Amino acid sequence: MSSYLSLSYFDLALASIFLLINGLISIAFKLGLAKKLLIVSVRMVVQLLLVGLLLTWIFAVSSPWLTALIAVAMGLFAGREIWARQERKIAGIWGFGIGTSAMMFAGMFVALIALNTQIQPDPWWSPRFALPLFGMILGNTMTGVSLALDTLTSTLVRERPAVEARLLLGMTRWQAMAPFTRAGLRSGFMPIINAMAAMGIVALPGMMTGQILSGVAPQEAVKYQILVMFLIGGATGLGVIGATFGATMRLTDERHRLRLDRLRREEPKSTSPG
Amino acid sequence: MLEIKSVRSEIFGPLNLHLEAGQCAAILGKSGSGKSLFLRAIADLDPNEGQVWLNGIERSAMPAFEWRRKLVLVPAESGWWADTVGEHLARTDETDQLLADLDFPSEVLNWQVSRLSTGERQRLAIIRALALKPIALMLDEPTAALDPEATARVEKLIEQQMGLGVCVILITHDAEQAARLAGVTYLLADGKLTQTSLETAR
Repeated sequence: MSSYLSLSYFDLALASIFLLINGLISIAFKLGLAKKLLIVSVRMVVQLLLVGLLLTWIFAVSSPWLTALIAVAMGLFAGREIWARQERKIAGIWGFGIGTSAMMFAGMFVALIALNTQIQPDPWWSPRFALPLFGMILGNTMTGVSLALDTLTSTLVRERPAVEARLLLGMTRWQAMAPFTRAGLRSGFMPIINAMAAMGIVALPGMMTGQILSGVAPQEAVKYQILVMFLIGGATGLGVIGATFGATMRLTDERHRLRLDRLRREEPKSTSPG
Repeated sequence: MLEIKSVRSEIFGPLNLHLEAGQCAAILGKSGSGKSLFLRAIADLDPNEGQVWLNGIERSAMPAFEWRRKLVLVPAESGWWADTVGEHLARTDETDQLLADLDFPSEVLNWQVSRLSTGERQRLAIIRALALKPIALMLDEPTAALDPEATARVEKLIEQQMGLGVCVILITHDAEQAARLAGVTYLLADGKLTQTSLETAR
């Protein structure tokens, strides 16, 4: 770590000039993006500073319960994000519950196994390893799950006559839903497949870049990245499959009906920035 | 024999209807009176209460998909999920015959669904349903988009099915068609089904 170069707050302020230029361009051409850019920039800085403080404290306390609590809180925030990204949400607690639980189970399952077999920090739940790892897995699983659910529900709404025609011709709910469930799965898997395909050629992943910048030998950083990509890919797949299966269950019933009445009636304007 | 007892939902009912094998009942009524929803309820496609027996077997005694193969509903708007007609309709001697009955050439199975007219879709949806050899058939405005000649062919096909002992429930806005096909005509209004003479319906 001898080659690690510390950044000063002045360096950060200097780097923000590029965003300021973007803001000025927006004002000059009346693009209406300046305010949004300002808000998300400030929000990002505040969030990251707070997380820095929080992590410092968590690492210092180093308690398994606190680590678990933080992991659950991260999961709930990610779950809310999945929920907010659905154009057609499943009504009630299910709308939040299906995506969140599928993502949490998949993420925790994969993270727990990785911590206990491959990475093996001491203790295995050490927050310095557990939380960043879980965070990376969670973030990607979140993207996959929200895309899968969004595609599934909007496809079902659009293709309702087709699904019902299949049911009326005597298919089971699983048979009738299969092409539409598959569409959801496909779009849930797409980001991670794209990421893996582009990895190292188009994109140098953030984690690996970060390790290299902080002085880790590229070969070691690459090994870590491969491990993380396997974990992310595995968790995303499990989460996407679980959520799609759960939503398919919820949007049909035991009498093999399509139950789009279990979607929320209308869509209020989304407030959360992308 | 089709026996419908106390079938109800939030919008209509309880409704009763009795049909002997080979009988046809026509249901008339204003748009929005719940005719289509009534048929969907009989097919168990929407949540509903009440009993429906087909040849003495109640629908709850079998899985819903099995029920819908015996009692087939052809909705007013047909649904399609693949590119070609053939992907929706397997080629058998029966389907070949049905296609000929409704004046389709045999290469219709290679046609693109997206290029079909509404009337063609409607007739193909009927063929697709009859290919299941149902015991009862529910048709929601089966000739709404058809010219007189095509309508006559569809009516002939319905009569043929009745001759085979198939019970038919027909939703139509055409009282003349009801008179031609149905032994008994009902009016659905205010959630209630009342037997009506065709004179009133006209």
